Amino acid sequence: MSKAFLTIEHVDKSFTRGAMTNEVLTDISLSVNQGEFISIIGHSGCGKSTLLNIVAGLTQATKGVVFLEGKVVDEPGPERAVVFQNHSLLPWLTCYENVSLAVDKVFGRTKSKAERHDWVMHKLKLVNMEHAKDRRPSEISGGMKQRIGIARALAMQPKVLLLDEPFGALDALTRTHLQDQVMQIQAELNNTVLMITHDVDEAVLLSDRIVMMTNGPSARIGEILDVDLPRPRKRLELVSDRTYIAARAAVLKFLYERHKFVEAA
Amino acid sequence: MTPTAAATSNVTQLKPQAAAPTATVVPLPAPAAKKPFFSPRAKTRMMEWGATVIPPLLTTAVLLILWEVLCSSPTSSLPAPSKVVSDTWELIANPFYDNGGNDKGLGWQLYASLKRVALGYALAAIVGIGLGALVGASTWAMRGLDPVFQVLRTIPPLAWLPLSLAAFRDGEPSAIFVIFITAIWPVIINTAVGIRNIPQDYKNVAQVLRLNPIEYFHKIMLPAAAPYIFTGLRIGIGLSWLAIVAAEMLIGGVGIGFFIWDAWNSSRISDIILALIYVGAVGFVLDRIVALIAVAVTRGTANA
Ligand SMILES: Nc1ncnc2c1ncn2[C@@H]1O[C@H](COP(=O)(O)OP(=O)(O)O)[C@@H](O)[C@H]1O
Ligand SMILES: [Mg+2]
Repeated sequence: MSKAFLTIEHVDKSFTRGAMTNEVLTDISLSVNQGEFISIIGHSGCGKSTLLNIVAGLTQATKGVVFLEGKVVDEPGPERAVVFQNHSLLPWLTCYENVSLAVDKVFGRTKSKAERHDWVMHKLKLVNMEHAKDRRPSEISGGMKQRIGIARALAMQPKVLLLDEPFGALDALTRTHLQDQVMQIQAELNNTVLMITHDVDEAVLLSDRIVMMTNGPSARIGEILDVDLPRPRKRLELVSDRTYIAARAAVLKFLYERHKFVEAA
Repeated sequence: MTPTAAATSNVTQLKPQAAAPTATVVPLPAPAAKKPFFSPRAKTRMMEWGATVIPPLLTTAVLLILWEVLCSSPTSSLPAPSKVVSDTWELIANPFYDNGGNDKGLGWQLYASLKRVALGYALAAIVGIGLGALVGASTWAMRGLDPVFQVLRTIPPLAWLPLSLAAFRDGEPSAIFVIFITAIWPVIINTAVGIRNIPQDYKNVAQVLRLNPIEYFHKIMLPAAAPYIFTGLRIGIGLSWLAIVAAEMLIGGVGIGFFIWDAWNSSRISDIILALIYVGAVGFVLDRIVALIAVAVTRGTANA
Protein backbone atom coordinates (compact mmCIF):
# COMPACT_ATOMS: atom_id res chain seq x y z
CA MET A 1 0.00 0.00 0.00
CA SER A 2 2.42 2.73 0.99
CA LYS A 3 6.08 2.89 0.16
CA ALA A 4 7.18 4.17 3.53
CA PHE A 5 8.88 1.87 6.02
CA LEU A 6 6.61 2.63 8.93
CA THR A 7 3.20 4.25 8.47
CA ILE A 8 0.66 5.32 11.00
CA GLU A 9 -2.71 5.77 9.27
CA HIS A 10 -5.59 7.72 10.75
CA VAL A 11 -5.10 6.42 14.25
CA ASP A 12 -7.65 7.37 16.90
CA LYS A 13 -7.43 6.29 20.48
CA SER A 14 -9.92 6.72 23.27
CA PHE A 15 -10.03 5.13 26.68
CA THR A 16 -13.42 4.15 28.01
CA ARG A 17 -13.98 3.72 31.69
CA GLY A 18 -17.61 2.98 32.47
CA ALA A 19 -19.68 5.68 30.86
CA MET A 20 -16.71 8.04 30.55
CA THR A 21 -14.87 8.17 27.25
CA ASN A 22 -11.54 9.94 27.11
CA GLU A 23 -10.54 10.90 23.58
CA VAL A 24 -6.76 10.93 23.64
CA LEU A 25 -5.57 10.83 20.02
CA THR A 26 -7.44 11.92 16.91
CA ASP A 27 -6.52 11.15 13.33
CA ILE A 28 -2.79 10.64 13.68
CA SER A 29 -1.08 9.92 10.36
CA LEU A 30 2.65 9.73 9.83
CA SER A 31 5.05 8.06 7.41
CA VAL A 32 8.57 7.25 8.52
CA ASN A 33 11.37 6.23 6.19
CA GLN A 34 13.96 3.59 6.93
CA GLY A 35 16.81 5.05 8.93
CA GLU A 36 14.92 8.17 9.85
CA PHE A 37 15.10 9.67 13.35
CA ILE A 38 11.74 11.12 14.36
CA SER A 39 11.02 12.98 17.58
CA ILE A 40 7.54 13.39 18.93
CA ILE A 41 7.20 16.42 21.13
CA GLY A 42 4.21 17.72 23.01
CA HIS A 43 3.05 18.77 26.42
CA SER A 44 2.75 16.22 29.15
CA GLY A 45 -0.45 14.17 29.02
CA CYS A 46 -1.19 14.83 25.35
CA GLY A 47 -0.88 11.18 24.43
CA LYS A 48 2.72 10.69 23.29
CA SER A 49 3.24 7.50 25.25
CA THR A 50 -0.12 6.23 24.06
CA LEU A 51 0.95 6.75 20.45
CA LEU A 52 4.27 5.02 21.03
CA ASN A 53 2.53 2.10 22.71
CA ILE A 54 0.22 1.75 19.72
CA VAL A 55 3.25 1.51 17.43
CA ALA A 56 4.80 -0.96 19.86
CA GLY A 57 1.61 -3.01 19.77
CA LEU A 58 1.20 -2.79 23.54
CA THR A 59 -1.98 -0.74 23.11
CA GLN A 60 -4.61 -1.25 20.43
CA ALA A 61 -5.76 1.77 18.44
CA THR A 62 -9.49 2.47 18.58
CA LYS A 63 -9.45 3.30 14.88
CA GLY A 64 -6.78 3.30 12.20
CA VAL A 65 -3.81 1.05 11.48
CA VAL A 66 -0.05 0.98 11.86
CA PHE A 67 1.97 -0.70 9.11
CA LEU A 68 5.59 -1.80 9.36
CA GLU A 69 7.03 -2.83 6.01
CA GLY A 70 3.51 -3.24 4.71
CA LYS A 71 2.43 -5.54 7.52
CA VAL A 72 -0.22 -4.58 10.05
CA VAL A 73 1.06 -4.12 13.60
CA ASP A 74 -1.34 -5.84 15.96
CA GLU A 75 0.85 -7.21 18.75
CA PRO A 76 4.12 -6.35 20.46
CA GLY A 77 7.31 -7.87 19.16
CA PRO A 78 11.08 -7.53 19.28
CA GLU A 79 11.24 -5.94 15.83
CA ARG A 80 9.76 -2.88 17.51
CA ALA A 81 11.94 -2.66 20.60
CA VAL A 82 10.93 -0.18 23.28
CA VAL A 83 13.11 1.74 25.70
CA PHE A 84 10.62 2.52 28.41
CA GLN A 85 10.29 5.80 30.23
CA ASN A 86 11.33 4.22 33.53
CA HIS A 87 13.96 1.83 32.14
CA SER A 88 11.99 -1.32 33.13
CA LEU A 89 15.01 -3.46 33.81
CA LEU A 90 14.31 -6.67 35.71
CA PRO A 91 15.84 -6.06 39.15
CA TRP A 92 16.67 -9.70 39.86
CA LEU A 93 18.91 -9.96 36.80
CA THR A 94 22.34 -8.45 36.28
CA CYS A 95 22.88 -5.96 33.48
CA TYR A 96 24.32 -8.75 31.35
CA GLU A 97 21.38 -11.04 32.08
CA ASN A 98 18.87 -8.31 31.29
CA VAL A 99 20.35 -7.97 27.81
CA SER A 100 20.91 -11.70 27.31
CA LEU A 101 17.28 -12.46 28.20
CA ALA A 102 16.34 -10.53 25.07
CA VAL A 103 19.16 -11.98 22.97
CA ASP A 104 18.41 -15.57 23.96
CA LYS A 105 14.77 -15.10 23.12
CA VAL A 106 15.28 -13.34 19.78
CA PHE A 107 18.34 -15.22 18.52
CA GLY A 108 18.00 -18.49 20.46
CA ARG A 109 17.47 -20.43 17.24
CA THR A 110 19.73 -18.56 14.85
CA LYS A 111 22.87 -17.89 16.86
CA SER A 112 25.14 -20.21 18.82
CA LYS A 113 25.75 -19.69 22.51
CA ALA A 114 29.13 -18.09 21.90
CA GLU A 115 27.71 -15.82 19.21
CA ARG A 116 24.95 -14.71 21.56
CA HIS A 117 27.48 -13.93 24.27
CA ASP A 118 29.52 -11.83 21.84
CA TRP A 119 26.35 -10.12 20.73
CA VAL A 120 25.42 -9.16 24.30
CA MET A 121 28.94 -7.92 25.02
CA HIS A 122 28.97 -5.92 21.81
CA LYS A 123 25.73 -4.14 22.73
CA LEU A 124 27.01 -3.45 26.24
CA LYS A 125 30.16 -2.01 24.71
CA LEU A 126 28.08 0.14 22.39
CA VAL A 127 26.59 1.92 25.39
CA ASN A 128 29.88 1.78 27.33
CA MET A 129 28.57 -0.50 30.03
CA GLU A 130 30.76 -3.60 29.76
CA HIS A 131 32.37 -2.72 33.06
CA ALA A 132 29.05 -3.02 34.91
CA LYS A 133 27.81 -6.19 33.27
CA ASP A 134 27.65 -8.15 36.52
CA ARG A 135 25.96 -5.48 38.56
CA ARG A 136 22.27 -5.35 39.29
CA PRO A 137 20.02 -2.45 38.31
CA SER A 138 19.77 -1.35 41.95
CA GLU A 139 23.54 -0.92 42.04
CA ILE A 140 23.89 1.47 39.11
CA SER A 141 22.82 5.06 38.46
CA GLY A 142 19.76 6.17 36.53
CA GLY A 143 21.78 7.06 33.46
CA MET A 144 23.43 3.65 33.46
CA LYS A 145 20.06 1.93 33.76
CA GLN A 146 18.81 3.86 30.78
CA ARG A 147 21.89 2.79 28.83
CA ILE A 148 21.28 -0.85 29.69
CA GLY A 149 17.69 -0.34 28.54
CA ILE A 150 19.02 1.00 25.24
CA ALA A 151 21.47 -1.91 24.96
CA ARG A 152 18.66 -4.37 25.55
CA ALA A 153 16.53 -2.73 22.87
CA LEU A 154 19.42 -2.60 20.37
CA ALA A 155 20.25 -6.23 21.11
CA MET A 156 16.90 -7.28 19.63
CA GLN A 157 18.11 -5.81 16.33
CA PRO A 158 14.80 -4.02 15.92
CA LYS A 159 13.47 -2.61 12.68
CA VAL A 160 12.20 0.34 14.66
CA LEU A 161 13.56 1.59 17.95
CA LEU A 162 10.92 3.22 20.14
CA LEU A 163 12.20 5.52 22.87
CA ASP A 164 9.78 6.92 25.45
CA GLU A 165 11.39 9.98 27.03
CA PRO A 166 14.57 7.97 27.48
CA PHE A 167 16.47 10.76 29.20
CA GLY A 168 13.55 12.46 30.94
CA ALA A 169 14.51 11.49 34.48
CA LEU A 170 18.22 12.26 34.16
CA ASP A 171 20.25 15.27 35.14
CA ALA A 172 21.24 17.63 32.35
CA LEU A 173 24.88 16.56 32.09
CA THR A 174 24.16 12.84 31.96
CA ARG A 175 21.45 13.54 29.43
CA THR A 176 23.88 15.43 27.18
CA HIS A 177 26.25 12.53 27.31
CA LEU A 178 23.60 9.95 26.45
CA GLN A 179 22.24 12.06 23.61
CA ASP A 180 25.69 12.06 22.05
CA GLN A 181 25.89 8.33 22.48
CA VAL A 182 22.51 7.73 20.89
CA MET A 183 23.49 9.94 17.94
CA GLN A 184 26.67 8.01 17.48
CA ILE A 185 24.94 4.61 17.69
CA GLN A 186 22.34 5.76 15.21
CA ALA A 187 25.04 6.89 12.80
CA GLU A 188 26.67 3.51 13.14
CA LEU A 189 23.62 1.27 12.85
CA ASN A 190 21.28 3.50 10.84
CA ASN A 191 18.28 2.55 12.96
CA THR A 192 14.82 3.86 12.40
CA VAL A 193 13.98 5.66 15.59
CA LEU A 194 10.80 7.10 17.07
CA MET A 195 11.63 9.10 20.18
CA ILE A 196 9.32 10.89 22.55
CA THR A 197 10.70 13.91 24.29
CA HIS A 198 9.61 17.13 25.90
CA ASP A 199 13.03 18.69 25.50
CA VAL A 200 13.24 21.09 22.57
CA ASP A 201 17.04 21.02 22.23
CA GLU A 202 17.09 17.26 22.35
CA ALA A 203 14.49 17.07 19.60
CA VAL A 204 16.33 19.47 17.29
CA LEU A 205 19.74 17.97 17.93
CA LEU A 206 18.78 14.35 17.30
CA SER A 207 15.96 14.35 14.78
CA ASP A 208 15.52 14.39 11.06
CA ARG A 209 11.93 15.43 11.63
CA ILE A 210 10.08 16.70 14.65
CA VAL A 211 6.43 15.81 15.06
CA MET A 212 4.68 18.39 17.22
CA MET A 213 1.48 17.34 18.92
CA THR A 214 -1.33 19.61 20.00
CA ASN A 215 -2.64 19.46 23.54
CA GLY A 216 -5.08 16.79 24.55
CA PRO A 217 -7.79 15.77 24.79
CA SER A 218 -8.14 14.68 21.18
CA ALA A 219 -4.54 15.52 20.42
CA ARG A 220 -3.46 15.53 16.80
CA ILE A 221 -0.28 16.21 14.90
CA GLY A 222 -0.07 19.98 14.77
CA GLU A 223 3.00 20.41 12.63
CA ILE A 224 5.95 18.44 11.31
CA LEU A 225 9.28 20.21 11.11
CA ASP A 226 12.17 19.07 8.94
CA VAL A 227 15.52 19.56 10.62
CA ASP A 228 17.84 20.03 7.71
CA LEU A 229 21.15 19.80 9.48
CA PRO A 230 24.05 17.71 8.20
CA ARG A 231 25.35 14.81 10.29
CA PRO A 232 27.40 14.19 12.29
CA ARG A 233 26.01 17.02 14.35
CA LYS A 234 28.13 18.71 16.95
CA ARG A 235 26.34 20.26 19.85
CA LEU A 236 28.67 23.20 20.30
CA GLU A 237 28.87 24.18 16.67
CA LEU A 238 25.11 24.04 16.37
CA VAL A 239 24.58 26.60 19.10
CA SER A 240 25.23 29.36 16.63
CA ASP A 241 23.94 27.58 13.52
CA ARG A 242 21.12 29.43 11.76
CA THR A 243 19.10 26.38 10.79
CA TYR A 244 19.39 25.07 14.32
CA ILE A 245 18.29 28.33 15.86
CA ALA A 246 15.39 28.60 13.45
CA ALA A 247 14.24 25.04 14.12
CA ARG A 248 14.51 25.55 17.83
CA ALA A 249 12.52 28.75 17.62
CA ALA A 250 9.84 27.07 15.53
CA VAL A 251 9.33 24.28 18.04
CA LEU A 252 9.35 26.68 20.98
CA LYS A 253 6.84 28.86 19.24
CA PHE A 254 4.58 25.91 18.57
CA LEU A 255 4.76 24.66 22.13
CA TYR A 256 4.65 27.86 24.11
CA GLU A 257 2.74 30.27 21.90
CA ARG A 258 0.21 28.41 19.84
CA HIS A 259 -0.33 25.40 22.04
CA LYS A 260 0.35 26.76 25.43
CA PHE A 261 0.00 24.15 28.13
CA VAL A 262 -3.22 24.80 29.97
CA GLU A 263 -3.00 23.51 33.49
CA ALA A 264 -5.91 21.12 33.85
CA ALA A 265 -7.59 22.19 37.09
CA MET B 1 33.17 5.19 30.77
CA THR B 2 34.99 8.48 30.22
CA PRO B 3 36.80 7.43 27.03
CA THR B 4 33.68 7.23 24.91
CA ALA B 5 33.90 7.96 21.26
CA ALA B 6 31.06 10.39 21.65
CA ALA B 7 32.95 12.26 24.26
CA THR B 8 35.96 12.72 22.05
CA SER B 9 34.05 13.96 19.03
CA ASN B 10 32.23 16.91 20.55
CA VAL B 11 33.45 17.55 23.97
CA THR B 12 33.06 20.51 26.15
CA GLN B 13 35.42 21.02 29.02
CA LEU B 14 32.68 19.72 31.22
CA LYS B 15 32.50 16.33 29.57
CA PRO B 16 34.59 14.28 31.97
CA GLN B 17 32.54 15.67 34.80
CA ALA B 18 29.42 14.99 32.82
CA ALA B 19 30.37 11.38 32.79
CA ALA B 20 31.51 11.32 36.35
CA PRO B 21 28.23 11.21 38.26
CA THR B 22 27.05 8.11 36.45
CA ALA B 23 30.26 6.22 36.99
CA THR B 24 30.99 7.08 40.57
CA VAL B 25 31.79 3.96 42.51
CA VAL B 26 32.14 4.31 46.22
CA PRO B 27 35.69 3.19 46.95
CA LEU B 28 36.14 0.66 49.67
CA PRO B 29 38.19 1.96 52.58
CA ALA B 30 41.83 1.26 51.87
CA PRO B 31 43.36 -1.46 54.03
CA ALA B 32 45.34 -0.07 56.90
CA ALA B 33 49.02 0.30 56.15
CA LYS B 34 50.35 -0.56 59.61
CA LYS B 35 49.00 -3.60 61.34
CA PRO B 36 48.13 -3.04 64.98
CA PHE B 37 47.10 -6.05 67.03
CA PHE B 38 43.51 -5.59 65.92
CA SER B 39 43.05 -3.76 62.64
CA PRO B 40 40.57 -0.88 63.02
CA ARG B 41 38.13 -2.75 60.83
CA ALA B 42 38.28 -5.90 62.89
CA LYS B 43 37.81 -3.75 65.97
CA THR B 44 34.65 -2.08 64.70
CA ARG B 45 33.33 -5.42 63.52
CA MET B 46 33.91 -6.92 66.95
CA MET B 47 32.13 -3.97 68.55
CA GLU B 48 29.17 -4.40 66.20
CA TRP B 49 29.10 -8.10 66.95
CA GLY B 50 29.19 -7.37 70.67
CA ALA B 51 26.37 -4.87 70.32
CA THR B 52 24.11 -7.49 68.76
CA VAL B 53 25.08 -10.40 70.98
CA ILE B 54 25.37 -8.85 74.43
CA PRO B 55 21.77 -7.55 74.87
CA PRO B 56 20.05 -10.92 74.25
CA LEU B 57 22.60 -12.67 76.49
CA LEU B 58 21.88 -10.14 79.22
CA THR B 59 18.10 -10.54 79.02
CA THR B 60 18.41 -14.33 79.04
CA ALA B 61 20.61 -14.18 82.12
CA VAL B 62 18.16 -11.87 83.90
CA LEU B 63 15.23 -14.13 83.05
CA LEU B 64 17.05 -17.24 84.23
CA ILE B 65 17.96 -15.60 87.53
CA LEU B 66 14.37 -14.43 87.99
CA TRP B 67 13.10 -17.93 87.25
CA GLU B 68 15.62 -19.50 89.63
CA VAL B 69 14.61 -17.12 92.42
CA LEU B 70 10.87 -17.55 91.89
CA CYS B 71 10.94 -21.35 91.71
CA SER B 72 13.64 -22.09 94.26
CA SER B 73 11.30 -22.72 97.22
CA PRO B 74 10.74 -26.46 97.85
CA THR B 75 6.95 -25.95 97.62
CA SER B 76 7.13 -24.44 94.13
CA SER B 77 4.99 -26.31 91.57
CA LEU B 78 7.48 -25.69 88.76
CA PRO B 79 11.18 -26.61 88.85
CA ALA B 80 13.91 -23.97 88.84
CA PRO B 81 16.40 -24.00 85.96
CA SER B 82 19.12 -25.65 88.01
CA LYS B 83 16.71 -28.46 88.88
CA VAL B 84 15.62 -28.77 85.23
CA VAL B 85 19.21 -29.30 84.19
CA SER B 86 19.97 -31.86 86.90
CA ASP B 87 16.65 -33.72 86.25
CA THR B 88 17.12 -33.92 82.52
CA TRP B 89 20.86 -34.35 82.35
CA GLU B 90 20.46 -37.83 80.87
CA LEU B 91 18.30 -36.46 78.06
CA ILE B 92 20.63 -33.53 77.37
CA ALA B 93 23.71 -35.73 77.30
CA ASN B 94 22.23 -38.50 75.12
CA PRO B 95 20.01 -36.96 72.48
CA PHE B 96 20.22 -40.03 70.24
CA TYR B 97 19.70 -43.02 72.52
CA ASP B 98 17.16 -45.57 71.35
CA ASN B 99 15.59 -48.09 73.75
CA GLY B 100 12.94 -49.15 71.26
CA GLY B 101 9.29 -48.07 71.11
CA ASN B 102 8.74 -44.47 72.09
CA ASP B 103 11.72 -44.44 74.42
CA LYS B 104 14.08 -42.49 72.23
CA GLY B 105 16.35 -39.49 72.71
CA LEU B 106 15.13 -35.96 72.05
CA GLY B 107 17.17 -35.86 68.85
CA TRP B 108 15.10 -38.74 67.43
CA GLN B 109 11.87 -37.19 68.66
CA LEU B 110 12.67 -33.90 66.93
CA TYR B 111 13.82 -35.75 63.83
CA ALA B 112 10.48 -37.56 63.60
CA SER B 113 8.58 -34.29 63.94
CA LEU B 114 10.80 -32.54 61.42
CA LYS B 115 10.29 -35.32 58.90
CA ARG B 116 6.52 -34.89 59.09
CA VAL B 117 6.85 -31.13 58.81
CA ALA B 118 9.24 -31.41 55.88
CA LEU B 119 6.85 -33.57 53.91
CA GLY B 120 3.68 -31.63 54.69
CA TYR B 121 5.39 -28.29 54.22
CA ALA B 122 7.03 -29.25 50.92
CA LEU B 123 3.65 -30.33 49.56
CA ALA B 124 2.07 -27.12 50.83
CA ALA B 125 4.80 -25.04 49.18
CA ILE B 126 4.44 -26.70 45.77
CA VAL B 127 0.64 -26.80 45.70
CA GLY B 128 0.38 -23.39 47.36
CA ILE B 129 2.62 -21.64 44.85
CA GLY B 130 0.77 -23.33 41.98
CA LEU B 131 -2.69 -22.41 43.26
CA GLY B 132 -1.50 -18.93 44.23
CA ALA B 133 -0.14 -18.38 40.73
CA LEU B 134 -3.47 -19.46 39.27
CA VAL B 135 -5.49 -17.21 41.56
CA GLY B 136 -3.09 -14.31 41.00
CA ALA B 137 -3.01 -14.61 37.23
CA SER B 138 -6.62 -15.41 36.40
CA THR B 139 -9.52 -13.22 37.41
CA TRP B 140 -11.93 -16.12 37.01
CA ALA B 141 -9.87 -18.44 39.19
CA MET B 142 -9.73 -15.70 41.79
CA ARG B 143 -13.48 -15.13 41.75
CA GLY B 144 -14.12 -18.83 42.05
CA LEU B 145 -11.47 -19.85 44.55
CA ASP B 146 -10.80 -16.84 46.72
CA PRO B 147 -14.04 -17.04 48.76
CA VAL B 148 -13.45 -20.76 49.33
CA PHE B 149 -9.89 -20.11 50.49
CA GLN B 150 -10.98 -17.29 52.75
CA VAL B 151 -13.38 -19.60 54.57
CA LEU B 152 -11.13 -22.67 54.71
CA ARG B 153 -8.11 -20.79 56.01
CA THR B 154 -9.91 -19.74 59.18
CA ILE B 155 -10.37 -23.37 60.26
CA PRO B 156 -7.92 -24.14 63.09
CA PRO B 157 -5.34 -26.77 62.06
CA LEU B 158 -6.33 -29.29 64.71
CA ALA B 159 -9.95 -29.21 63.60
CA TRP B 160 -8.82 -30.99 60.43
CA LEU B 161 -7.28 -33.86 62.37
CA PRO B 162 -10.38 -35.97 63.07
CA LEU B 163 -11.47 -35.63 59.47
CA SER B 164 -8.09 -36.64 58.11
CA LEU B 165 -7.89 -39.56 60.56
CA ALA B 166 -11.24 -40.69 59.20
CA ALA B 167 -9.98 -40.32 55.63
CA PHE B 168 -6.50 -41.82 56.00
CA ARG B 169 -7.19 -44.26 58.88
CA ASP B 170 -3.61 -43.72 60.05
CA GLY B 171 -1.85 -41.18 62.24
CA GLU B 172 1.19 -40.56 60.03
CA PRO B 173 -0.49 -39.27 56.85
CA SER B 174 -3.04 -37.44 58.99
CA ALA B 175 -0.32 -35.47 60.75
CA ILE B 176 1.29 -34.65 57.40
CA PHE B 177 -2.06 -33.54 56.04
CA VAL B 178 -2.58 -31.25 59.02
CA ILE B 179 0.79 -29.63 58.33
CA PHE B 180 -0.09 -29.31 54.66
CA ILE B 181 -3.45 -27.69 55.28
CA THR B 182 -1.96 -25.36 57.89
CA ALA B 183 0.92 -24.11 55.79
CA ILE B 184 -0.81 -23.80 52.45
CA TRP B 185 -3.05 -20.75 53.05
CA PRO B 186 -0.38 -18.12 53.64
CA VAL B 187 1.55 -19.50 50.67
CA ILE B 188 -1.46 -19.30 48.35
CA ILE B 189 -2.53 -15.85 49.50
CA ASN B 190 0.92 -14.26 49.40
CA THR B 191 1.79 -15.80 46.04
CA ALA B 192 -1.46 -14.50 44.57
CA VAL B 193 -0.82 -11.01 45.91
CA GLY B 194 2.73 -11.07 44.56
CA ILE B 195 1.58 -12.07 41.12
CA ARG B 196 -1.22 -9.54 41.06
CA ASN B 197 1.35 -6.85 41.93
CA ILE B 198 3.77 -7.57 39.09
CA PRO B 199 4.45 -4.13 37.61
CA GLN B 200 3.04 -3.43 34.16
CA ASP B 201 6.62 -2.60 33.07
CA TYR B 202 7.75 -6.20 33.46
CA LYS B 203 4.68 -7.42 31.60
CA ASN B 204 5.47 -5.00 28.79
CA VAL B 205 9.02 -6.29 28.57
CA ALA B 206 7.69 -9.86 28.40
CA GLN B 207 5.25 -8.86 25.66
CA VAL B 208 7.84 -7.09 23.55
CA LEU B 209 10.06 -10.18 23.83
CA ARG B 210 7.09 -12.43 23.04
CA LEU B 211 7.82 -14.72 25.99
CA ASN B 212 5.55 -17.76 25.91
CA PRO B 213 3.49 -18.63 29.01
CA ILE B 214 6.10 -21.05 30.35
CA GLU B 215 8.95 -18.58 29.89
CA TYR B 216 6.78 -15.87 31.41
CA PHE B 217 6.08 -18.07 34.44
CA HIS B 218 9.67 -18.82 35.34
CA LYS B 219 11.47 -15.77 33.96
CA ILE B 220 9.11 -13.00 35.07
CA MET B 221 6.32 -14.24 37.29
CA LEU B 222 8.26 -16.34 39.82
CA PRO B 223 11.18 -13.94 40.32
CA ALA B 224 8.93 -10.88 40.43
CA ALA B 225 6.66 -12.50 43.00
CA ALA B 226 9.49 -14.23 44.89
CA PRO B 227 9.64 -11.75 47.79
CA TYR B 228 5.90 -12.22 48.38
CA ILE B 229 6.10 -15.99 47.94
CA PHE B 230 8.81 -16.18 50.56
CA THR B 231 6.77 -14.10 52.98
CA GLY B 232 4.10 -16.77 52.63
CA LEU B 233 6.60 -19.59 53.00
CA ARG B 234 7.99 -18.05 56.16
CA ILE B 235 4.59 -17.68 57.76
CA GLY B 236 3.85 -21.22 56.62
CA ILE B 237 6.89 -22.81 58.25
CA GLY B 238 6.08 -21.10 61.55
CA LEU B 239 2.49 -22.33 61.48
CA SER B 240 3.61 -25.86 60.52
CA TRP B 241 5.84 -26.09 63.55
CA LEU B 242 3.03 -24.78 65.76
CA ALA B 243 0.64 -27.35 64.37
CA ILE B 244 2.90 -30.40 64.46
CA VAL B 245 3.43 -30.26 68.23
CA ALA B 246 -0.32 -30.13 68.85
CA ALA B 247 -1.11 -32.79 66.25
CA GLU B 248 1.46 -35.21 67.66
CA MET B 249 0.00 -34.88 71.11
CA LEU B 250 -3.17 -36.43 69.76
CA ILE B 251 -1.62 -38.90 67.37
CA GLY B 252 1.00 -40.41 69.65
CA GLY B 253 4.09 -42.33 68.57
CA VAL B 254 7.57 -40.87 68.20
CA GLY B 255 7.64 -37.09 67.96
CA ILE B 256 8.34 -34.10 70.14
CA GLY B 257 4.62 -33.35 70.60
CA PHE B 258 3.81 -36.75 72.05
CA PHE B 259 6.99 -36.66 74.10
CA ILE B 260 5.66 -33.55 75.84
CA TRP B 261 2.25 -35.12 76.38
CA ASP B 262 3.81 -38.32 77.68
CA ALA B 263 6.03 -36.36 80.07
CA TRP B 264 2.98 -34.56 81.42
CA ASN B 265 1.17 -37.85 82.00
CA SER B 266 4.09 -39.15 84.02
CA SER B 267 4.65 -35.77 85.74
CA ARG B 268 8.15 -35.22 84.34
CA ILE B 269 7.85 -31.43 84.36
CA SER B 270 11.58 -30.87 83.81
CA ASP B 271 11.40 -32.97 80.64
CA ILE B 272 8.55 -30.79 79.39
CA ILE B 273 10.56 -27.63 79.97
CA LEU B 274 13.59 -29.03 78.18
CA ALA B 275 11.41 -30.14 75.24
CA LEU B 276 9.81 -26.69 75.04
CA ILE B 277 13.25 -25.08 74.82
CA TYR B 278 14.17 -27.46 72.00
CA VAL B 279 10.88 -26.77 70.21
CA GLY B 280 11.51 -23.05 70.40
CA ALA B 281 15.08 -23.40 69.18
CA VAL B 282 14.09 -25.60 66.24
CA GLY B 283 11.24 -23.24 65.29
CA PHE B 284 13.67 -20.34 65.32
CA VAL B 285 16.18 -22.22 63.19
CA LEU B 286 13.48 -23.24 60.68
CA ASP B 287 12.41 -19.62 60.31
CA ARG B 288 16.00 -18.50 59.80
CA ILE B 289 16.61 -21.20 57.20
CA VAL B 290 13.61 -20.11 55.12
CA ALA B 291 14.66 -16.48 55.51
CA LEU B 292 18.20 -17.24 54.35
CA ILE B 293 16.94 -19.22 51.37
CA ALA B 294 14.73 -16.23 50.54
CA VAL B 295 17.70 -13.88 50.57
CA ALA B 296 19.77 -16.26 48.46
CA VAL B 297 17.03 -16.91 45.92
CA THR B 298 15.72 -13.37 45.57
CA ARG B 299 19.27 -12.02 45.68
CA GLY B 300 18.52 -9.61 48.45
CA THR B 301 15.12 -8.30 47.34
CA ALA B 302 13.37 -10.11 50.20
CA ASN B 303 13.92 -9.20 53.84
CA ALA B 304 15.92 -11.51 56.04
N1 LIG C 1 -4.55 2.82 30.22
C1 LIG C 1 -5.16 4.02 30.25
N2 LIG C 1 -6.45 4.12 30.65
C2 LIG C 1 -7.06 5.32 30.67
N3 LIG C 1 -6.50 6.48 30.30
C3 LIG C 1 -5.23 6.45 29.88
C4 LIG C 1 -4.49 5.22 29.84
N4 LIG C 1 -3.24 5.50 29.37
C5 LIG C 1 -3.20 6.81 29.16
N5 LIG C 1 -4.40 7.40 29.45
C6 LIG C 1 -4.72 8.82 29.31
O1 LIG C 1 -4.25 9.23 28.06
C7 LIG C 1 -3.72 10.55 28.16
C8 LIG C 1 -2.35 10.58 27.54
O2 LIG C 1 -1.44 9.85 28.31
P1 LIG C 1 0.05 9.63 27.84
O3 LIG C 1 0.02 9.00 26.50
O4 LIG C 1 0.73 8.88 28.92
O5 LIG C 1 0.61 11.10 27.74
P2 LIG C 1 2.11 11.61 27.55
O6 LIG C 1 2.99 10.44 27.37
O7 LIG C 1 2.06 12.50 26.38
O8 LIG C 1 2.44 12.41 28.77
C9 LIG C 1 -3.74 10.95 29.61
O9 LIG C 1 -4.81 11.85 29.80
C10 LIG C 1 -4.00 9.66 30.33
O10 LIG C 1 -4.82 9.90 31.44
MG1 LIG D 1 4.56 9.64 28.62
